[in-house]
Amino acid sequence: MRFVFKTTYQQDLALFRDKFQRDWYLALMACLLVLPMLLPEYLVDFSLVLIFGLCALSLMVLAGFTGLVSLGHAAFLGIGAYAHVYFSQDLGLPWILSVALATGLTAAVGVLVGTPALRMTGIYLTIATLAFALIIQEVFNRWDAVTGGLRGKAVEKPVIFGVALHSDAAFYFLCLAFLVGGLWITRNVLRAPTGRAWVAIRDSEIAAQSMGVNLAVYKTMAFACSAAMTGTAGALFAHQVGFLAPDIFTVLLSIQFLLMVVVGGLGSLHGAIYGAICVALLPVLISEARDRVPDWFGQLFGVFGKSAGLAVAAAVDRFVKQPGLEPGIFGLILVLFILFEPQGIYGRWVKVKLYFSLFPLYKRATFARQKSYMKSERLR
Amino acid sequence: MTFFAVDALSMEFGGIRAVDCVSFTVEPGEVFTIIGPNGAGKTTIFNLVSRIYDPTDGRLIFLDEDITRLPPHKIAERGIARTFQNIELFEHATVLQNLLLGRHVHKRTLFIEELLFLPKVRRLELKHREAVERVIDFLDLQPHRDSLIVNLPYGVRKVVELARALSTEPKLLLLDEPSSGLNVEETDDMAFWIQDIKELLGITVLMVEHDMRLVSAVSDRVLALDYGRPIAVGTAGEVQADPEVIRAYLGG
Repeated sequence: MRFVFKTTYQQDLALFRDKFQRDWYLALMACLLVLPMLLPEYLVDFSLVLIFGLCALSLMVLAGFTGLVSLGHAAFLGIGAYAHVYFSQDLGLPWILSVALATGLTAAVGVLVGTPALRMTGIYLTIATLAFALIIQEVFNRWDAVTGGLRGKAVEKPVIFGVALHSDAAFYFLCLAFLVGGLWITRNVLRAPTGRAWVAIRDSEIAAQSMGVNLAVYKTMAFACSAAMTGTAGALFAHQVGFLAPDIFTVLLSIQFLLMVVVGGLGSLHGAIYGAICVALLPVLISEARDRVPDWFGQLFGVFGKSAGLAVAAAVDRFVKQPGLEPGIFGLILVLFILFEPQGIYGRWVKVKLYFSLFPLYKRATFARQKSYMKSERLR
Repeated sequence: MTFFAVDALSMEFGGIRAVDCVSFTVEPGEVFTIIGPNGAGKTTIFNLVSRIYDPTDGRLIFLDEDITRLPPHKIAERGIARTFQNIELFEHATVLQNLLLGRHVHKRTLFIEELLFLPKVRRLELKHREAVERVIDFLDLQPHRDSLIVNLPYGVRKVVELARALSTEPKLLLLDEPSSGLNVEETDDMAFWIQDIKELLGITVLMVEHDMRLVSAVSDRVLALDYGRPIAVGTAGEVQADPEVIRAYLGG
């Protein structure tokens, strides 16, 4: 176990705990930079992980740090995507400007959604954002002039400062840059007064406002920031999918975003990334499994004779080709996490780390919370 | 100049008059205590002063300014900080983060500066940290600086709440039952700290308290309430000897 001996207040403001941690992150960065060389066939999926990472990050700011759960983030993603494509292709604006405008527009929509949301809390707010997402999806359907309606809209490859990013690797690096930038900005806000105010609102609104936090302003700000970041992700997402259609931005996508933050671990930036990896790569894993798992079962049961093996392989094949398998597995994962590890992957990771650093003295009770019988009564 | 005055304050919940035409003034530098049996309206007065409730009638005046209709977050900016009877800390944050939130009223950075964590933000954060460390020193919270609130015992949480209120550098400190849930030694500590807050930091204290030992030890003046109406005001000794107060507590 490594203890950090703090000698200045600066250390609490630093991005990394100590230089070991910084070196680990640098090593991770190096790995991510050479990844395109190692696994070129999966680059498109990795780009999706990075884009979903940005979405998870934005929802983490809202749900994990400010305590406002939204089921409308697919709509923000869609607004960002359509706006970017409209600005850059139909209006012919430069790429960077177009992304900036799309981000700004989504932030403005975020403010509009966030403002009535101030009067609602908990599940009611979630329902309101859900309604918003449904309305926006209908807008995507109907507003033919901008969105292309049900016919959809093809998206060209990004061209930044005259440089066309045609290769998958170039796009991957672009997404990586955006995600790292997003993480940096989020960390900055979280270690500054605004981030503290958000966490305060999450834990006790009444105390937060008694300490001088203007609830309306900070909640709206959280909404706007979260929407803006999702909007940026939407611009990248448009290039990633290459073709926009209203049925991409369904409530199911919003639920996937929520799944990312819950599975990753609410209230941690690591969690957002873990969740994004999990949710974005699972479909890839499932499609790989579709091709291979029946054969494995066939070989396994082949010991009982060739016909038994073939029969089992065919049965497993039928099962894994069921259309509802993917959402089913997502649902199962969510339920299992809520039951057994409410702290998400990050919470489990912290426990595993502590287990090894304290070995053999780790006690399960370390993370058991004392039951509080004196739950404070809310004043409103 | 009026430091703090409550003028004919009333609060009705449906048909119940929880606070009925209460008036008092608090002089700068004193410890003013409100006592009364359960349901006398003490905490309601606190919630009115910190603007969590809207009074039905009456006025609140702080430093010659009418604060009756100010939104709650402006109250903190004016220099009034409070603690809560049942502790309202940010449970999934560390003690340090809780206290730093107390510095929110002294926030001088723009959001755009925070996004990039400009040197100005860093400089001000260090200033806040120094102010918070002074409070940590004052209340001996050093061992708990980096622990999460959920992992702290009740007595310490109570002190952290006091510390968070002090971090705002208030002119008037509202303490809602500072000794509730504390054992005898912790209550004694609390009494010393309240005296120190008054004498060393020069902060005026308005508190609601049940423990008469603590009240007698620290209060300059005491106001007794019963059914939302003031029945006696004076030093702790005078109020305790008042026949009205004895009747209110013991019946008869």
